[in-house]
Amino acid sequence: MAVTWSGRWNHVRKVTERTGPFAHPDFEPSTETLQFLQEVCHILVIGAGGLGCELLKDLALLGIRNIDVIDMDTIDVSNLNRQFLFRPKDVGKTKAETAANFINLRIPGCNVTAHFAKIQDFDASFYRKFHIIVCGLDSIIARRWINGMLISMLSYEDGELDQSSIIPMVDGGTEGFKGNARVILPGMTACVDCTLDLYPPQVNFPLCTIAHTPRLPEHCIEYVRILLWPKEEPFGAGVAIDGDDPAHVSWILEKSQERANEYNISGITYRLTQGVVKRIIPAVASTNAVIAAACATEVFKLATSCCQPLNNYMNFTDIEGVYTYTFEAEKKDDCVACSQKPQNISFCESDKLQDILTYLLESTTYQMKSPSITTAINGKNRTLYMQSVKSIEEKTRANLKKSLAELELCSGQELYVADPTTPSSLTFILQMGTKME
Amino acid sequence: MAAVTKSGLDKNNKYDRQLRLWGDHGQSALESARVCLINATATGTEILKNLILPGIGSFTIIDEHKVQGEDVGNNFFLSKESIGSSRARTATELLSELNEDVSGDFIEESPSNLIENNPDFFASFTIVIATNMDEKSLLQLGELLWNLHVPLLICRCYGFIGYIRLVVKEHNVIESHPDSTHEDLRLDRPIPAFVTLCDSLDMSSMNKKDHSHTPWLIVLYKYLQQWKDSHGGELPKIYKEKSQLKELIRNGVLKNKDGVPEDEENFDEAVRNVNTALHPTSVPSDVQKLFKDPACLNLTSESRPFWILTRAVKDFVEHEGKGALPVRGTIPDMTSDSERYIKLQSVYRDQAAKDVSDVTRRVHKLLQELGQDEPLLDCNQFKTSSLLHSNPCSISEKDIKTFCRNSAFLRVIRCRSLKDEYNPETANVTLIGQHLEDEDGDDVVFYTLLRSVDKFYEKYNHYPGYYTQQVESDITELKACLSKLLQDWSLSSTVKDDYIHEMCRYGASELHTISAYIGGVAAQEAIKMITGQFLPINNTYIYNAMKQSSTTLDL
Repeated sequence: MAVTWSGRWNHVRKVTERTGPFAHPDFEPSTETLQFLQEVCHILVIGAGGLGCELLKDLALLGIRNIDVIDMDTIDVSNLNRQFLFRPKDVGKTKAETAANFINLRIPGCNVTAHFAKIQDFDASFYRKFHIIVCGLDSIIARRWINGMLISMLSYEDGELDQSSIIPMVDGGTEGFKGNARVILPGMTACVDCTLDLYPPQVNFPLCTIAHTPRLPEHCIEYVRILLWPKEEPFGAGVAIDGDDPAHVSWILEKSQERANEYNISGITYRLTQGVVKRIIPAVASTNAVIAAACATEVFKLATSCCQPLNNYMNFTDIEGVYTYTFEAEKKDDCVACSQKPQNISFCESDKLQDILTYLLESTTYQMKSPSITTAINGKNRTLYMQSVKSIEEKTRANLKKSLAELELCSGQELYVADPTTPSSLTFILQMGTKME
Repeated sequence: MAAVTKSGLDKNNKYDRQLRLWGDHGQSALESARVCLINATATGTEILKNLILPGIGSFTIIDEHKVQGEDVGNNFFLSKESIGSSRARTATELLSELNEDVSGDFIEESPSNLIENNPDFFASFTIVIATNMDEKSLLQLGELLWNLHVPLLICRCYGFIGYIRLVVKEHNVIESHPDSTHEDLRLDRPIPAFVTLCDSLDMSSMNKKDHSHTPWLIVLYKYLQQWKDSHGGELPKIYKEKSQLKELIRNGVLKNKDGVPEDEENFDEAVRNVNTALHPTSVPSDVQKLFKDPACLNLTSESRPFWILTRAVKDFVEHEGKGALPVRGTIPDMTSDSERYIKLQSVYRDQAAKDVSDVTRRVHKLLQELGQDEPLLDCNQFKTSSLLHSNPCSISEKDIKTFCRNSAFLRVIRCRSLKDEYNPETANVTLIGQHLEDEDGDDVVFYTLLRSVDKFYEKYNHYPGYYTQQVESDITELKACLSKLLQDWSLSSTVKDDYIHEMCRYGASELHTISAYIGGVAAQEAIKMITGQFLPINNTYIYNAMKQSSTTLDL
């Protein structure tokens, strides 16, 4: 069914049917470009939240019709101040489906397919279907995972990267009035893991401060969340804190207030309590609009070649005036995700397995979340430590306290590490002797 | 601010993520704002979308056009069914769906008619946003709003280029929310109660636990006294002296029985903070400028509350403050036991409260002199701050407190008028010239090109490259328009032909994503103007989506 009307694509056609001095060298102005966007081009949008809603609208209005969207969330009241495809009546429905339905209704001919799922529910055969993947995520782990997935899908012939195996990834992120947009050509340009140091590490208050020397209202709230809740189990045994349940937040608020009073600390409010408990990141419509628009423009450039793509990272902030900073993030020669080089890690024989684990968690290069470590000794696979399966965790926990010598690990030993930040396990080569700093 | 939305949602929940950025008072200002949009173009509706979602009070769309096929192609808030009917009406309907608590209306008339026949109409708006207006009407509107003191935001998207111009005679910012600031700790001129607190503590007699839990601010103060005693009362200034002070502090770390220093985090913190904490207390140059501003020096009964408060703070600095601004009253978190941290915090808080009361007295005095002192109103939690209004009688205690706490970050923006920008005699040609000379191809070249396409339009009644068959011939004509403009400005700079070609390629197309980008930026600038928080641009912003770069300049 032809769904169009006179003049509909006039704006887009100006740049797809005419060339200019700043177009990509491969660009051929033609009516076929728009046809490609409409009929062939298949884009995956990851996330149907603040950025995702904008991205779907942006891509659809540039003429892209075949779009898939993945989101594992349902709609919350607090989304309505920016996720403009959702209405009060939609609260509780799935974001992916609600957003897809809205776009398909509003933009004739557009065909958005919704997946109420996690990105980890799909494998390479799914991701291979797309020409470009664009992410509007609030999780670094998820970003790293999809980044790793796209890298795992690259094929090399005689060490040469097969260009046709590259699926470009456009990634956006926002926090309050700040945001960034970037273009990643997996295997060719800096990937998410190449630039891990651009993400600030999460700040946690030391446990001793929370337990013994609270000074800020946040310390009191963390005390209740981390120490008091598991002890008192106010809503029954094993009931975890639900930051969206007013009864839960009110209980934490009340107990935090008590603790604050005890120490003469002021400033406990409901908003602060919920903010600490849920680790809320402020968000506003305007920043999401800006970053999603920049990302969608990059998708358009990559899909049509009508202009050179961003090379390759843009930071944005509009607290004091409006400021953008564009730079080329550098590909790391020994990047854990995209360098294809095994990682050397150095420890002493007397170091414990726990030391390796801590290193993987805390080093800025790796920033893992819950690594599992296996190895092969005399051709036999051996699990040294695994967190994801409770029974195995219990069985392997004792290994953490053992020294590398006791575990019979020697120099050159390969360790295979699995972690939620990557879809495939990573190989580390153990170097014994010199201690890491 | 009503506590619930029309469909019964808690506003604290609905707006939670933004309330954390601009607070209840910012939200309250937003909810009483009246926004006017001229022309429901893609850029126009995207801006409004980003203002309706966070909950402005109301919007009014002025647009005389009927919806065309190409409008529906790039605008999310128009529909195929609306082709041929009023663009203002359809956009108002579809935008209104975004937030049940925002009321919207529209006027199907040309802005130039309104300017001519009903100029007062514009006086009631908090801000006016104009998209795709021709140069002549724009200048008329600019003049009108300038005299009405209503801010004007001009927005435009042209191919891969975006443009925003803010026009406002004067805008005052109290809460500029600077990204990084020096703490206001006053170690160089310590608060008396701070000295008393420090003197009451004898570190040499402390047990290990108390010693390692003495706040670094106190540790630093103590060693600073030692330093001063041996340096004729002078503070360490140069790098070498600061290093010596750091060494002095390091030597103060407790040692165990084997003479090995203990792990004392508070001492580490003290060493780390030497450089920043010794930053001399001073009135920032931006604020000093405000103190010398005629608006501050010559108060009248017409003066805005902002200037009365600035003057009160100036007078405070010159008297009670002995050269310093009111104490901010906050300290950073630091290793400490709870009790001493809270004590230390109270020292700063109490001094801040005392300074606020001194400033309050001065505000009263000034108001009296201006013949309009009335009892200060209590500011209930959700009342819009009086500082956004022009009635000085309603300056509240809470306003004074906010003002004092932010006194180091006060900012005033005075934009140049459109008239001055468009008149070659007064245009900022030096600045434009400098940018055009930039070898790397500066985004400012697109400003001159946008001005040139307007000249082109004036002459030919269409934009260059609008008709595909005329792209080539338009290039020559556009080049002529640009030369004329540069000549008017007496600039000898040249513009590479590539840019002129690219401009003609665009043919005034409005790509949705460029509109969406400018829609986000412009909405945030409007929010800054409405809430009086954060610092707006002064005065022109140019976005180049080809490179994803942007520039702000004062034209």
